[in-house]
Amino acid sequence: MLTQFNRRLLIAAAIGGAIAAGAPALAQDKSIVVASTTSTQDSGLFEYLLPLVKAKTGITVKVISQGTGQALDTGRRGDADVVFVHAKSAEEKFLAEGQGVKRYPVMYNDFVLIGPKSDPAGIKGMKDVGKALTAIMDKKADFISRGDKSGTHVAELALWKASGIDIEAAKGPWYKSIGQGMGAALNTAGAGNAYVLSDRGTWIHYKNKDQLAVLVEGDKRMFNQYGVMLVNPEKHPTVKKDLGQAFIDYLISPEGQKAIANYKINGEQLFYPNAEDRGA
Amino acid sequence: MTGETSALQLVLTGDPGLYAIVGLSLLVSLSAVLCAALIGVPFGALLALTRFPGRAGVIVVLNALMGLPPVVAGLAIYLLLSRSGPLGSLGLLFTPQAMIIAQTLLVTPIIAALTRQTVEDLWAEYRDELAALDVGPIGRVATLVWDARFSLVTALLAGFGRAAAEVGAIIIVGGNIDGFTRTMTTAIALETSKGDLPLAIGLGLVLIAIIILINALAWGARRAGERYAG
Amino acid sequence: MRAPLADLPVVLANATVVAGAVTILDRVSLTFAAGPPTVLIGPNGAGKTTLLRAAMGLTRLTQGEITWGGRADAPPTRRAILFQLPVMLRRSAAANIDYALGMTDVPRTQRIDELLALVGLQGLGRRPARRLSGGEQQRLALARALARDPAILFLDEPTASLDPAATKAIEDIIRAVAARGVKVVMSTHDLGQARRLGGDIVLLHRGRLIEHGPAKDFFDSPRSDETRKFIAAELLV
Repeated sequence: MLTQFNRRLLIAAAIGGAIAAGAPALAQDKSIVVASTTSTQDSGLFEYLLPLVKAKTGITVKVISQGTGQALDTGRRGDADVVFVHAKSAEEKFLAEGQGVKRYPVMYNDFVLIGPKSDPAGIKGMKDVGKALTAIMDKKADFISRGDKSGTHVAELALWKASGIDIEAAKGPWYKSIGQGMGAALNTAGAGNAYVLSDRGTWIHYKNKDQLAVLVEGDKRMFNQYGVMLVNPEKHPTVKKDLGQAFIDYLISPEGQKAIANYKINGEQLFYPNAEDRGA
Repeated sequence: MTGETSALQLVLTGDPGLYAIVGLSLLVSLSAVLCAALIGVPFGALLALTRFPGRAGVIVVLNALMGLPPVVAGLAIYLLLSRSGPLGSLGLLFTPQAMIIAQTLLVTPIIAALTRQTVEDLWAEYRDELAALDVGPIGRVATLVWDARFSLVTALLAGFGRAAAEVGAIIIVGGNIDGFTRTMTTAIALETSKGDLPLAIGLGLVLIAIIILINALAWGARRAGERYAG
Repeated sequence: MRAPLADLPVVLANATVVAGAVTILDRVSLTFAAGPPTVLIGPNGAGKTTLLRAAMGLTRLTQGEITWGGRADAPPTRRAILFQLPVMLRRSAAANIDYALGMTDVPRTQRIDELLALVGLQGLGRRPARRLSGGEQQRLALARALARDPAILFLDEPTASLDPAATKAIEDIIRAVAARGVKVVMSTHDLGQARRLGGDIVLLHRGRLIEHGPAKDFFDSPRSDETRKFIAAELLV
């Protein structure tokens, strides 16, 4: 029957149309993929910064937010054009492997030691993060570790080490490695009255603070430096080096640095630009 | 979607960001169901009508794949589409197309397995009649699929439910890029990690409402179709 | 027009069907040639349905041979069967007929309406087939079988579950079909129906052919004891 044949044609056309609609020129011309960290995403920095990048350079930046370790691996596979992370030692290793072109310091914020307001380990107000961590360990107070090779996780491990504690040997049931992002770690700490190390940006932007508070801050060892690198186009030919470099150039330009300094939540500045500090 | 907003406000004010996310969620999941149906329905129907050594094993594996962990499917597609992977030159990683592919992988076993069961039951009923009408193998598949169409709607809905609800696969292959590959489920995951639980649960309710709406439409269409075609 | 009798005669030679330990059909030799309807009778389990299915080509013989118009491998294009419980495709009545037409190379224009009219279902073509009454479904299945323009039509207890009015409607159609030159082979439990429709009668019992003869001879002067008992038992009921 003709009508039935027509109906089949119609269905076929609808199917074809739907598949075509699945790919509506989604390949935008001027776009790059930036592998970055959960802290930059969860702190809301990118939501604020990317429209400014677009306005200035015309580049659409697609941010994949992962832990620093995973973000660097995404770069290693050639799946990102730029990596924007915060673990200097891991970044230098990335460069040494020839995976990155050059590392540019961009900004810093600091880590803060968060814990329940009841503060079972009694660390509130301590100026020495080493003493605070020692107190937590001695009291076997619950501590949440990111455990995901992120920049924050790397920094946490470095802080234990700097405090003279071999955490691999000292950890017990009180030390919970969750293998998730910063927000999840804060949620877990809040639910279980545990201590947790967070970057300040994520903490300020975090909405579910409830019984959690900053207990220790200001120790110089809790300094958190962010760096940005173009993935090496010689290793990965698909890297959009011009657009990627233009993004980096904007970040470290006076205009970009000023924009970063201007990102505030409730009047509180989250990141401190320091691109001119070549040693950072 | 920043600041002190609730999901209800976003819905009521017609927030373009929210609508883009909803639109992408539907586009990805419905496209995946469509692709999975194009693969899974004929495959399931063929499996129902053929007998070969190892068929029982294929059915068991197919049924088991209905429970394929999304994160595993996502990882497999990620490794396939990564620039360092075999299909890296296509440049599909972190695009909606990659998300459709990953969800197609998740949904196809569901549709194929349910189709096989449905068609096999119908085959038992139709077998003699189609043999008497001297219908060939391809005609049998076509006839059984067409006559099972109202039951197969349920298989498609099961597949859609799976696709619309999962986050593990699409967050890996899509990257949860704001305005590009962010869907309802990845947005919910993000808001949860930001600690904005009220917005996260609000978005969850919006997602559930959409899924209910789609199911209601499908149910209505099925009822109307059955009334017309018996 | 194609040769109208391409599948005729259907010749069963020592047709035997064994399923497991049970012999369902036991060395039956029988010929269905052009002419008035042949009616199969016999108690439940006599092998009537199996004989019809074998003659249709749906059930493989364990032993023996069947030929259609002299060929053992004739595809079932010129023969059709109406099962005792026909399956209505989940489509409209017209689409059910159209489906059967689609499986042949019969011209389709107007044939659907003709066939619906032949079985008294004119005007019901758009109805979902499964919404028809039992009698209507049976007639639709008959129309669907006839859509194949069969030279021979097998009917397995076509009126078994129908009321008298619906039964009469089916019988009228069978007569009309037979009058057009279609060879009808049908089974029934209704001896009255066998008398009304049968040109020749076949009695089966436990898979064996007991007696085969013209209807008048069969009922008036049966040759075997089993036939006499069967007719008597039936008439007593």
